[in-house]
Amino acid sequence: MGNRPPMTSLSIHPVSAAPDLPGQRLYFADRRLTLDCGAELSNVTLAYQTYGTLNAEKSNAILICHALTGNQFVADQHPITGKPGWWQVMVGPGLPIDTDRYFVICANVLGGCMGTTGPGNTNPATGKPYGLEFPVITVADMVRLQSWLIDHLGIDKLFAVIGGSMGGMQVLQWAATYPDRVFAAVPIACAARHSAQNIAFHEVGRQAIMADPEWRKGAYQVEGTNPARGLSVARMAAHITYLSEAALHRKFGRNLQDRLALSYGFEADFQVESYLRHQGSIFVDRFDANSYLYITRAMDYFDLAAQFGGHLPRAFKDTRTRFCLISFTSDWLFPTSESRAIVHALNAVAANVSFVEIESDKGHDAFLLDEPELFAVLSGFLTGCAEHRGIA
Amino acid sequence: MAVNDVAPRARRIRVDLQLIADMVKPGTRVLDVGCGDGSLLDYLVHFKQVDGRGIELSQKGVNACVASGLSVIQGDADTDLSDYPENAFDYVILSQTLQATREPRQVLEHMVRIGRRAIVSFPNFGHWRVRWYLGWTGRMPETAALPDRWYNTPNIHLCTIRDFVGLCEELDVEIEKALAINDKGKAVSVPNHWLANLVGEQGMFLLRQRD
Repeated sequence: MGNRPPMTSLSIHPVSAAPDLPGQRLYFADRRLTLDCGAELSNVTLAYQTYGTLNAEKSNAILICHALTGNQFVADQHPITGKPGWWQVMVGPGLPIDTDRYFVICANVLGGCMGTTGPGNTNPATGKPYGLEFPVITVADMVRLQSWLIDHLGIDKLFAVIGGSMGGMQVLQWAATYPDRVFAAVPIACAARHSAQNIAFHEVGRQAIMADPEWRKGAYQVEGTNPARGLSVARMAAHITYLSEAALHRKFGRNLQDRLALSYGFEADFQVESYLRHQGSIFVDRFDANSYLYITRAMDYFDLAAQFGGHLPRAFKDTRTRFCLISFTSDWLFPTSESRAIVHALNAVAANVSFVEIESDKGHDAFLLDEPELFAVLSGFLTGCAEHRGIA
Repeated sequence: MAVNDVAPRARRIRVDLQLIADMVKPGTRVLDVGCGDGSLLDYLVHFKQVDGRGIELSQKGVNACVASGLSVIQGDADTDLSDYPENAFDYVILSQTLQATREPRQVLEHMVRIGRRAIVSFPNFGHWRVRWYLGWTGRMPETAALPDRWYNTPNIHLCTIRDFVGLCEELDVEIEKALAINDKGKAVSVPNHWLANLVGEQGMFLLRQRD
């Protein structure tokens, strides 16, 4: 895939796995990040974007946490694909996450491939890309690193932490680990633990990558190969889980692609096949296979209750954070029942919680799309919280 | 301050809701069960500075409440009250909903468990007009307070004021205040529950679990 950033040049530039990407970088030369697995990471870089202006009281900062294959370019053109920012419909002047009012921060997650330290970076111990020598990371590790950025920006308490899917997991982790630093939390289309079914889908994706002969046990950067086939199959399988049967039927039905009759072969006869192949093929231009392995693993390992003796309410004991949970009716990857379980846990500690299920046939991806009710709910919730926080 | 950004709110709410609001002390923690469009909750939050939460069955109602900045979850009195810890609230309000719950007795028990006080209002099936309707026509009463037909009413556990008082005695729940509400939504002054049961279209009670 021609336009992937030249990762093999990294030994010269330890700052980033993607040195030619725009945006802000924070490099921790003399701090070591202790991970849940026990390993330590040094020379960590965090790539992030900010929008709007931090007020004098530093009380108007919103941290947006991105999903599995998201990035820090929430409301900027993607520097590789040229597509609009992944939440450009939500974040901007006059939009629900109003950059005229709030200071918005989004950082590429630990393990990512858009500038934050991940398996594509140089291992300072060997001078070569980490590959599978990169330690297994968790959602809590991602959040710990984000807290360094918030420290760096001089912000004691975030006005809100907002995210969907894996971003929602990070929101929950933030609220549980740093309750005094989160005024409002908005976990969208997520769960307090990754379900068996979701782990199963991730495993299919990882096996697809690892079955690609070009993967080379994760050392493809050193060997000059590219496991694009495996990564694209992983994306195709995952993409199905982000949609709904109704949405697939509405979009494609059994319509044929560029032909009038079945081919009696294994071409992409159906539009839905052609669509998935396309989704797979464009994904490999912007994402790294090893990052995909590590980040899916972090999601699999996420089980917030397990961090608190198996009792989810304990994760939120004495919390003063104001929560707003949002789910979508047709999301079968993170169904409403998962959000409701979080609501029950929050009720058990009498937390301040709102919970909204939004009617949509667009499946899990609904949180990224133009859903007027989502905008109304999020905008109303944030405005109400801003009133309590005294943000002008 | 952001308070100026908020649209001017209705200072007037339905008369019977105002009676409930009058029972709530400012600055307290309130759970409004079955909060509907959130008008009582909104009033309490803005004019009594309460820390207010709501539970509402209809998703449309919930979404509208949250979009207007209220803390409301989708749920119902039968299933969601058991989650909360004891004395989580100063007041738990159940307005015009008790008769539509599956287990009114359990709901009442939970209300006085999770709230230091409970405020309950319900249509009184002992009202003279209801008695007259059933006695005279021999058919299920349809009145302003009970507008539905027998086959489509959500009210599955209708009771009279005396029935309710009896349940409170059974559960060792103290009645701190009892109001009989007339068809205008105003409280009428009556000397006892017997008379209240005749003239009240609604009963409204401020309750507390005896220690």
